[in-house]
Amino acid sequence: MTDLIRNTAAETAAAIAAGEVSAVEVAQAHLDRIGAVDEKVHAFLHVDTEGALSAARAVDAKRAAGEELGPLAGVPLALKDVFTTKGVPTTAGSKILEGWVPPYDATLTRRLKDAGVVILGKTNMDEFAMGSSTENSAYGPTGNPWDLSRIPGGSGGGSAAALAAYEAPLAIGTDTGGSIRQPGAVTGTVGVKPTYGTVSRYGLIAFSSSLDQGGPCARTVLDAALLHEAIAGHDPLDSTSIDAPVLPLVAAARQGAGGDLTGVRVGVVKEFAGEGYQAGVMQRFNESVEILRGLGATVVELSCPSFSYALPAYYLIAPSEASSNLARFDAMRYGLRVGDDGTRSAEDVTALTREAGFGPEVKRRIILGTYALSSGYYDAYYGSAQKVRTLITQDFARSFADVDVLVSPTTPTTAFPIGERADDPMAMYLADLCTIPSNLAGNSAMSVPCGLAPEDNLPVGLQIIAPAMADDRLYRVGAAVEAALNNQWGHPLLEEAPAL
Amino acid sequence: MSVIDLVPYDEALAAYDPVMGLEVHVELGTATKMFCGCSTELGAEPNSQTCPTCLGLPGALPVVNEIGVESAVKIGLALNCEIAEWCRFARKNYFYPDMPKNFQTSQYDEPIAFNGYLDVTLEDGEVFRVQIERAHMEEDTGKSSHIGGATGRIHGASHSLLDYNRAGIPLIEIVTKPIEGAGSRAPEVAKAYVAELREVIKALGVSEARMDKGQMRCDVNLSLRPHGREEFGTRSETKNVNSLRSVERAARFEIQRHAAVLNEGGSIVQETRHFHEEDGSTTAGRIKDNAEDYRYFPEPDLVPVAPPREWVEELRAALPEMPRVRRERLQGEWGISDLEMQSVLNAGAIEPILETIAAGAPADQARKWWMGELARHANESGAELGALPITPAQVARVSELVAAGSLNDKLARQVIEAVLAGEGGPDEVVAGRGLAVVSDDSALGAAVDEAIAANPDVAAKIRDGKVAAAGALVGAVMKATRGQADAARVKELILERLA
Repeated sequence: MTDLIRNTAAETAAAIAAGEVSAVEVAQAHLDRIGAVDEKVHAFLHVDTEGALSAARAVDAKRAAGEELGPLAGVPLALKDVFTTKGVPTTAGSKILEGWVPPYDATLTRRLKDAGVVILGKTNMDEFAMGSSTENSAYGPTGNPWDLSRIPGGSGGGSAAALAAYEAPLAIGTDTGGSIRQPGAVTGTVGVKPTYGTVSRYGLIAFSSSLDQGGPCARTVLDAALLHEAIAGHDPLDSTSIDAPVLPLVAAARQGAGGDLTGVRVGVVKEFAGEGYQAGVMQRFNESVEILRGLGATVVELSCPSFSYALPAYYLIAPSEASSNLARFDAMRYGLRVGDDGTRSAEDVTALTREAGFGPEVKRRIILGTYALSSGYYDAYYGSAQKVRTLITQDFARSFADVDVLVSPTTPTTAFPIGERADDPMAMYLADLCTIPSNLAGNSAMSVPCGLAPEDNLPVGLQIIAPAMADDRLYRVGAAVEAALNNQWGHPLLEEAPAL
Repeated sequence: MSVIDLVPYDEALAAYDPVMGLEVHVELGTATKMFCGCSTELGAEPNSQTCPTCLGLPGALPVVNEIGVESAVKIGLALNCEIAEWCRFARKNYFYPDMPKNFQTSQYDEPIAFNGYLDVTLEDGEVFRVQIERAHMEEDTGKSSHIGGATGRIHGASHSLLDYNRAGIPLIEIVTKPIEGAGSRAPEVAKAYVAELREVIKALGVSEARMDKGQMRCDVNLSLRPHGREEFGTRSETKNVNSLRSVERAARFEIQRHAAVLNEGGSIVQETRHFHEEDGSTTAGRIKDNAEDYRYFPEPDLVPVAPPREWVEELRAALPEMPRVRRERLQGEWGISDLEMQSVLNAGAIEPILETIAAGAPADQARKWWMGELARHANESGAELGALPITPAQVARVSELVAAGSLNDKLARQVIEAVLAGEGGPDEVVAGRGLAVVSDDSALGAAVDEAIAANPDVAAKIRDGKVAAAGALVGAVMKATRGQADAARVKELILERLA
């Protein structure tokens, strides 16, 4: 039974399709695993045992009836608690949504269900996806399966930890400034931020609308590709959704696994190094660049000077949009309501509810964003940040004229101890230094494991960045690196994680 | 209601020059809401026409209603505006319980239409040009009903009920530039502008623009400045003035109130004001200083709207004849004076008259019936002319029967009464009541003889050549035949017999 939880999604789907194992058995094995380890890991906010088993039964029935199964039918998945699930509680990691049961499915949720994916439950996250450690969850932190006293990254720490703890072979995250990639990096798993507009945001509880993007998390590049293809595609319910065919990502991953990167031009962004970058992280990154060279890629160093303004621009744009997006949490229609004793005005009830229901980081960003959008400050803050965004997009465009992909460390350090940066927002924000530019520009990027930092034996992630609508390049290059490293190590990196 | 003594209107105008700004919200008549697929039908069970998007549920997203955009472009073109080649929606952020997202999806510095004008005709025929600043797209809010207070306003209420059926209904907000130079006619200009705008909206077919149903709402912004001064005074914003007459009264009241405050050396508070139908007064709402900050920013959930030029030109080419042009054409065709045309307009009789003409009646007859008998009826019953229970085709039929000599005027009026009373169509009424002009000489002869016999002195006068006296005998015959005689023929018969 251990194998059932250690199998990749591709293997599990094949075994179910071949009748070697039932979807119910697979689901039950994962539910059992969650039961055994999640008290320690705390990856899940809500486990939907009944929903999962019923979805699994439906897949088994379909197979029994001789119907064709999709490529992920029966594969369990951990869903970040920021996507709405009809009839299943959805909190976005916030007290203000405690007890809310959405009356509708997000488009992504719908697509997963249609693909026969078995949703095990909803995963922990920084409140409203604001954070890089999952410590900002109103429901307590998640432990990194490599070292439970350390953070699993954020905001999608629950999803990444679920993968690393073998609680699910697939997970969904959202990436506004790195919330898929950075948790992937620090847990030794794969995370992809798709091109903005290629995965529907309908039903994704918004943090920053122009930056948020749902995407796949997995233990292998191929699994991520399978999941990515299942969730991508145009959605008429999301106006910012791009009406274009889904790229052949699985094919790109299979091609890359062949190990030949001849002709692929790789750029190393020189701004992503230096002060604040852990030595072991840089060591593993530099080795990865050598591996790319060894696989036939040409490597050049190039400069993206505007990237140094990415972090401040992000911390104006994202909070500005958040201050507006989170205004709807007013205790009138759903979620928490505090102080409604018949004597208070609606305004007071709203204020008391927001005071009690939002955590400190969320409040910090609402205040920041409200200020940045204020008349008299708008041009200096929000307006300037949008200009920086344009410059960053131009830096990318210039780079991609010369190279096919860019590479960098995903995050400057390995997983830090829970509590270490909790009182230092600026230190926390630095975790997203390398990931934020792609959110601002809307292009695609992936984090793939590239080893353990020698000084702390914790996972390091390699970030691969591709232009918008060229997500397939991530899978080709990512799968090639993954195959080469697994070959070098003799096994996937995650097998070195301590037993829980 | 007012705590100050108003300055007499003429006195106010002698000292001050009014400047107005009019903001009109029009609810579009689209089948679905601006950003979701919910129905816009009025009168449904509260909160039955809602979905995650118009309830602002977490995660839900807007999608622009294309008919809404088309309607906005049509309105812009009809108001002689430039149409933006590229524009965005913006979020207007403020908290209110009936606004589901606590921001209104609107447009800010990039309206879809801008820099236009609308010519309005005043009662004496003078044409006043009102400059249009902009027309932009936005969504309506939900509706709060405040329960338990004396005024129906939130103040003093014990609780409030929220209905989100209206939330997300498409609105077009049309904003004028400051209207200057109207002088004492400012209230009249305001009324004429809103009336003309309503006609334009109706002609475009984008909304029924019923003010009584809230489909069209007007805010009257007004300030005074002493004659000769260029800079504007502080304005008040009288909100939701919901009839043409009220628009005029509100402007008039504010002119008198502002003058009173200024005359006493006071200063006008920049505030919203509520208009009261009962006495035509306004009272203070909330203070609205310039510090009010909606923190507008471009709506990141929607892509920009870029109406293709060819499409805009297609819409321009397909615009219907504008009401003012049409009115001038009809007035010419009907050969009537400005004053007569004005009363046709005031009575809302254009459409019924045109339909009656289309059904075969001569223009003068159609106008005569609708402006006479039927207008009187509408007045008495308080109904709109178009809502009377008689069709233009029926009016045309009555006119036809009169022209054919089958009915005289008096009988025709009876037929109209009967149709309005629900007795059926004109032919049914004529048959049912046995109403028909008697012009058969043998039948009339007896009545004429009786009349002559009963009035020997009148008969003697006629014999003496006083032909005008025949009227009395005609009257007697008409009375005897209960109005069914052909009066002209009766007179002929009388004169024949007394020649």
